[in-house]
Amino acid sequence: MSLLELQNVSMIYGNVKALQEIDLTVQQGEWLALMGPSGSGKTTLMNIIGCMDKASSGSIVLDGIDFSDVTAGNLTMLRREKIGLVFQQFHLIPYLTAVENIMVAQYYHSMPDEQEALAALERVGLKERARHLPSQLSGGEQQRVCIARALINYPMLILADEPTGNLDEANAKIVLEFFQQLHREGHTIIMVTHDPRVAELAERCIILEHGRIADRMDRRIVCREEEVS
Amino acid sequence: MAGDKKMTKYSMYTKMIWHALLRRRSRMLIALMAVAIGATVVSGLVTIYYDVPRQMGREFRSYGANLLLTPAGDQQIISESLVSNATSLLQADKLIGIAPYLYDRVKVNEQPLQVAGTRFQSVKKVSPYWQIRGNWPEDQSEDIVIGADIAERLKIEPGQQVTLTVAGNDTEKKVKVAGIVRTGGPEEEFVFLDLSLLQQMLHKEGVVSIAQVSITANEAELTALTQKIGQQVPGVAPRLVKQVTQSEQTVLGKLQALVYLVTIVVLLLTLICVATTMMAVVTERRKEIGLKKALGAENRSIILEFLGEGLALGALGGLMGTILGFFFAQAVSVNVFGRIISFQPLIALLALVVSIVVTGLACLIPVKIATDVEPAIVLRGE
Repeated sequence: MSLLELQNVSMIYGNVKALQEIDLTVQQGEWLALMGPSGSGKTTLMNIIGCMDKASSGSIVLDGIDFSDVTAGNLTMLRREKIGLVFQQFHLIPYLTAVENIMVAQYYHSMPDEQEALAALERVGLKERARHLPSQLSGGEQQRVCIARALINYPMLILADEPTGNLDEANAKIVLEFFQQLHREGHTIIMVTHDPRVAELAERCIILEHGRIADRMDRRIVCREEEVS
Repeated sequence: MAGDKKMTKYSMYTKMIWHALLRRRSRMLIALMAVAIGATVVSGLVTIYYDVPRQMGREFRSYGANLLLTPAGDQQIISESLVSNATSLLQADKLIGIAPYLYDRVKVNEQPLQVAGTRFQSVKKVSPYWQIRGNWPEDQSEDIVIGADIAERLKIEPGQQVTLTVAGNDTEKKVKVAGIVRTGGPEEEFVFLDLSLLQQMLHKEGVVSIAQVSITANEAELTALTQKIGQQVPGVAPRLVKQVTQSEQTVLGKLQALVYLVTIVVLLLTLICVATTMMAVVTERRKEIGLKKALGAENRSIILEFLGEGLALGALGGLMGTILGFFFAQAVSVNVFGRIISFQPLIALLALVVSIVVTGLACLIPVKIATDVEPAIVLRGE
């Protein structure tokens, strides 16, 4: 069952065509990696899928809702209800503790619940660091808080923008293990990455160049072909 | 349950605001100082604005009477009971003093002179500018005060005895000169003795020519008082001493206008200072605003958070400023007027409310900018 369907999506800033006629379908529970050089349109595409920007043309359907024509207010609601965001730079609020950062996402979504926020932190192995400020956490810990925050409102789609881009190898490994676990649990993930080793963990990978999909790789097909041969 | 839920959301809102203020101390301290200094000056100036008429009114009272009670119509004298009736209409706490005068002519050492019978202790209050060489006589005593011009002409010194003779009455009275008065005015041409004594000598018991009243009141209040006395006490014609009341009003008006202007300028400066600081706060928190919007915050929530921070700053700074403002006004009052002022709860409340309103207004533009931040900036890494 498809969770996300993009048809003929284009994004134009003045004379710049950031995205051109993108067709993309993401199935429920799928892990899709998005690769491409700088300026290829990855971030623009993530912004559109993440309901943070509106496409110039084309149709975008998420969980059966066509949001290509909705108002800014409805986009905010969709983002709040359906999307979980993980950022390369973590983007934690510096004056709130780890648990409070998670509660902020609950606050905007529905109701802050400290116990639930603590449970989310426990899940990423950071319960004992709950009362620490982001400046007192390592990069890896901050990213785990960011993941816990992304998951707290049970989103349908997790968008991760280079989640390991700012981490050392050991922390990147821990974070990627979380994503693998989330995938096993049935979460749908779209992840931007420059790292082919990270992309390999995804079921499918698309490569963007000059705002167009230049290549598609389906690891499931590759795996099946390898099994047959 | 709904109440509990609201409470939780509210407590999270409060937590976010307080932590934004407390855990970002250095930045917020600057904004807090701006509000507190503004509130200090405003609260201090408003206290002075309110207190200046009171303080200056007392100062002006040292220049003499500002209300005269004279006989109505063609009468030359007025009974003391009528004067009492008229003065009973005045507010006791504002009344500085009432000095009755009975004028006539007497001979001093065979020299015909103008005489005024009065109560010396009242004159001391009504006309504190009288400079006495020697001593003030006690009320009911037979000692007299003579004007400096007469003393010079007749070569009389304090402590000397003189002979008083009432015209048409050969009774002589030997009295002692207690002091010589210098005012720079017509008083220097008068002989002053106790009112009762003069009334007795002239056989004019219970009457006076005029009563000088010194009262703390502005021109409008005095005009109202004269109308009241004129209506309720027939036989008494109250009159304002225009020179005193008008110059008092002019000086007070100018002083108050100055304080008013300074207050407005300080308010505007505070507004600009807080707005600039809040603008800087918004600019350096663009990413945070973008993040909050990316997490699903609506513009309303962002506005409420920044306004909440601004208003909390206004309240805190206002409170500090109100307290400091009182001490500021106290210092001004003690150094300029030599009197202490009392704490005015209404002014304190006003200063607090003004601080909150000014900070709220100063936040409007920065808050508008905050809502214009796009959530996409967090992914763009700007």
